[in-house]
Amino acid sequence: MIVAVASGKGGTGKTTVATNLAIANSATIYDCDVEEPNANIFIKAELKKLEDVFLMNPQFDLNKCTFCKECAEFCRYNAIAILPSDILFFKELCSGCGGCKIVCKYDAIEEGKRKIGEIYHGKNGIEIYQGLLNIGEARATPVISQLKKRIGNELSILDAPPGNGCPTIEVLNDSDFVILVTEPTPFGLHDLKIAIEIVKKLGIDFGVVINRDGIGDEGIEKFCSREGIEILMKIPYSKEIATLYSKSIPFVDKMSEWRKKFVELMEIIK
Amino acid sequence: MIQIAVASGKGGTGKTSILSSFASFANAVLADCDVDAPNLHLILRPEIKKEIPYEGMEVAEIDEEKCIKCGECEKACRFNAIKNLVIIKERCEGCGVCQLVCPVNAIEMRKRITGFVNVANSRFGGFAYGLLLAGEEASGKLVNQVRKKALEIAEGEEKNIILIDSPAGIGCPVIASIGNTNLVIVVTEPTTSAIHDMKRLIEMAKHFKVRTFVVINKYDINKEMVEEIEEFCLNEGIKIVGKIPFDKKFTEAMVNGKSVVEYDEKLAELMKRIWNEIENELR
Ligand code: SF4
Ligand code: SF4
Repeated sequence: MIVAVASGKGGTGKTTVATNLAIANSATIYDCDVEEPNANIFIKAELKKLEDVFLMNPQFDLNKCTFCKECAEFCRYNAIAILPSDILFFKELCSGCGGCKIVCKYDAIEEGKRKIGEIYHGKNGIEIYQGLLNIGEARATPVISQLKKRIGNELSILDAPPGNGCPTIEVLNDSDFVILVTEPTPFGLHDLKIAIEIVKKLGIDFGVVINRDGIGDEGIEKFCSREGIEILMKIPYSKEIATLYSKSIPFVDKMSEWRKKFVELMEIIK
Repeated sequence: MIQIAVASGKGGTGKTSILSSFASFANAVLADCDVDAPNLHLILRPEIKKEIPYEGMEVAEIDEEKCIKCGECEKACRFNAIKNLVIIKERCEGCGVCQLVCPVNAIEMRKRITGFVNVANSRFGGFAYGLLLAGEEASGKLVNQVRKKALEIAEGEEKNIILIDSPAGIGCPVIASIGNTNLVIVVTEPTTSAIHDMKRLIEMAKHFKVRTFVVINKYDINKEMVEEIEEFCLNEGIKIVGKIPFDKKFTEAMVNGKSVVEYDEKLAELMKRIWNEIENELR
């Protein structure tokens, strides 16, 4: 079973929920927030690199190139600019689609590859897999899809990136359940609504966890009861939890009542 | 024109609250580039003047009647967006390779609206913000459009500062938000996760050669980690322009649709001091 933990808005406690849920239920965690992977800060496993993630990267042969501009005209990412006797290639813009190589009539484009990220694995009590996007690279999605190839049959918790864009969808796709973590503020509600729209579009079952309950207003609860959305759990704003968080200690390790609650949460989801 | 991006690496560190406070003093034009989770308009409650549809990447469509089921498109697509000769829309990057390889011209690339750029008025000045339709790609292109609009507004209103609310992370929309700015203000908090993300963001700003300042939010929740941030910034030669205590008033102000400057006098003074510090440095 694959359970994704997501949140429209960043910083709502998505990683907190994902790591505590994984620890309490001895699940494997996949940190799919490859731009800023944080789960291992809590799991504290020694990570070993499993593999690199590459994108197709065109290589231009200036001896064969006739500067006909066909490749630049094809490229929808504006990654190629042809000068009278030179080529400018903007690798950050390139999607690695390979189209330029196909359109080139003069065989002047070779297929090279460029490293954009890495996949890691480690174990400390539970197993963790993590993707990491190289700094300066724009495309998180290929790193996520390569990471997701590692998912087996065991209970798998995916820590999704914040936001409601493409990388998030890549993570949620083919999950069995999505936990949406939010905070009880107008910002939280606004972004939760967008996230719900996506999850509904994908047709995946979901429920809401409210983190830092008590800091804001009633908006989320009113919205959920009106829409018939299940609130799976409320984590109160407490000094103890915040302090443990700031020191990167999963609170289920120190507060046994919460370990029980996260086991129960999994029961509900199943 | 001075363009300042407020960013955070990790989300939820209070970047939008802080940006809206600066907006109360700065006499600036505002640009919300956090296009897949924009929040600034919830505080600004702007009056929208124009909604400009945004055309994102195209999406491939197979004409069943023309298709001879050769499977060439499926083989050529590097994004695994074609399965059993059906286009999976969410996966399609709109690169056009399938159209290129199709021997019978059965594939068409369809234009589509994936979001909006809103041009608006707010009590703090002109405001441009992007709004992506749910689940669309948060491309740097939409961010660029928002920034372009903000620039136009600034020229029209004769203002010389643009404040940019940058998304979380370090990917495409972030690169577009902080590229070609004069300054990135990184909002962090003293937690292991936030520090980790701050470091990656600072490294990225360096990669794009943008000057960086740091603001520590909720500095009083963990003093030791504040020291860690200070030491890191000292080594990197990055100035810490402000420290803000944990205060429920930030959330209360947000719940009331206000910037904290409009909500609490003491915090207003603090935010003013931080903004002055930034302005002085820019001079
Ligand atoms: S691989 Fe695709 S995106 Fe990259 S340069 Fe070639 S055509 Fe452009
Ligand atoms: S346009 Fe590109 S990404 Fe979309 S289906 Fe065709 S080959 Fe795949």
